[in-house]
Amino acid sequence: MASVTMTVNGKSVSGDVEGRTLMSDFLRNDLRLTGTHIGCDTSQCGACVIHVNGEAVKACTMFAVEADGADVATIEGQANADGSLNVIQQAFQDHHGLQCGFCTPGMVMSAAALLKENPTPTEREVREYLEGNICRCTGYHNIVKAIMAASGQDVSAIAAE
Amino acid sequence: MYAFDIERPSTIADAVKALKDEDAQALGGGQTLIPTLKQRLAMPSALISLTGIGEMKGVCLADDGAVCIGGATTHATVAKEAAAHYPGLAGLAANIGDPAVRNRGTVGGSLANNDPSACYPAAALGSGATIITNTREIAADDYFQGMFETALEEGEVITEVRFPVPEKSHYQKFVQPASRFALVGVFVAKYADGVRVAVTGASENGVFRWSEAEAALSADFSAAALEGLTVSAGEMIADLHGSPEYRAHLVKVMTGRAVTAVA
Repeated sequence: MASVTMTVNGKSVSGDVEGRTLMSDFLRNDLRLTGTHIGCDTSQCGACVIHVNGEAVKACTMFAVEADGADVATIEGQANADGSLNVIQQAFQDHHGLQCGFCTPGMVMSAAALLKENPTPTEREVREYLEGNICRCTGYHNIVKAIMAASGQDVSAIAAE
Repeated sequence: MYAFDIERPSTIADAVKALKDEDAQALGGGQTLIPTLKQRLAMPSALISLTGIGEMKGVCLADDGAVCIGGATTHATVAKEAAAHYPGLAGLAANIGDPAVRNRGTVGGSLANNDPSACYPAAALGSGATIITNTREIAADDYFQGMFETALEEGEVITEVRFPVPEKSHYQKFVQPASRFALVGVFVAKYADGVRVAVTGASENGVFRWSEAEAALSADFSAAALEGLTVSAGEMIADLHGSPEYRAHLVKVMTGRAVTAVA
């Protein structure tokens, strides 16, 4: 067992983990932060996307030990300080960017990483950035629309309600 | 996964020392190795993480103009920091996997694994890069030795890769639609002394140079120069995604597209 300490959503946390403990398992089982979803556990689906030191990564494909000392952000830390939805989350609600919601935490975290890097992406750039996030309900149109809207762009011309 | 310990050394010397243990294995970004461990296809006693080694990260220019990339540099960093110096290489890095994978996966990890469908082997071979390890320098032409086979010895670590910068270059990837790995990827680089063409994804022997295309393009750098050439399907990969003949055909098509993109 190894001892790890990191900052998760602004709070310092510690735990004892095995070498093989995945970051996704540490978040879910040790910290009880179950918003980070495990869809495939094979790095394909992106439901487990979190930010480590500001970069989007798949929590199922890194070890908790590798995040020792890191600044970690998960979906649980995304809402505004007063508990209201942040701009991206609100846009997902407004534009029906989810149905079952399973992929949504990863979608929101990927969207946040994209908009930090590229504040006004084109539709194509949004679609390319979501290559590693799979949604089986929505056909992606409203997810893309929500992210475009969250970036402050006019989405009235984008198809699919 | 079977149980193992993880060490996170902060210097190359400490990593090399830790890797002397017979069952220890180097861990780069883990984007291939972790899925492999989950399938219990590997059973290391210890993983030696290379991601905490500052001296193995970053992109810089050598005195001779070559782009030098630390072995533990992520694809995302290469995409950003090599763009001004070597756009063909940065463009290749920018299209590996997806954004989250690019934030973890490393150039050294990709080259050490030498997956027959990986992108970086095409860039390294197509650039005539030098693979620098903790003990020696290996020319790309000597480094790749077949599918998942390289010149690396046990415990040897890729600390840096040095890419001579061509006048023009482009990488064209025909993605396998499910995995997004290269069904066929072709890296074309035009240097003052000739053109290099490296093909990944296609051959049972891993990445290879298409020498007939190199000769034709060195004489005439245009897609038309490839017209009379044929690619043998003899050693091409056969799987449900494509027959050997299909891959052989794609090699020529993708080479032409790469040339057209920069000619």
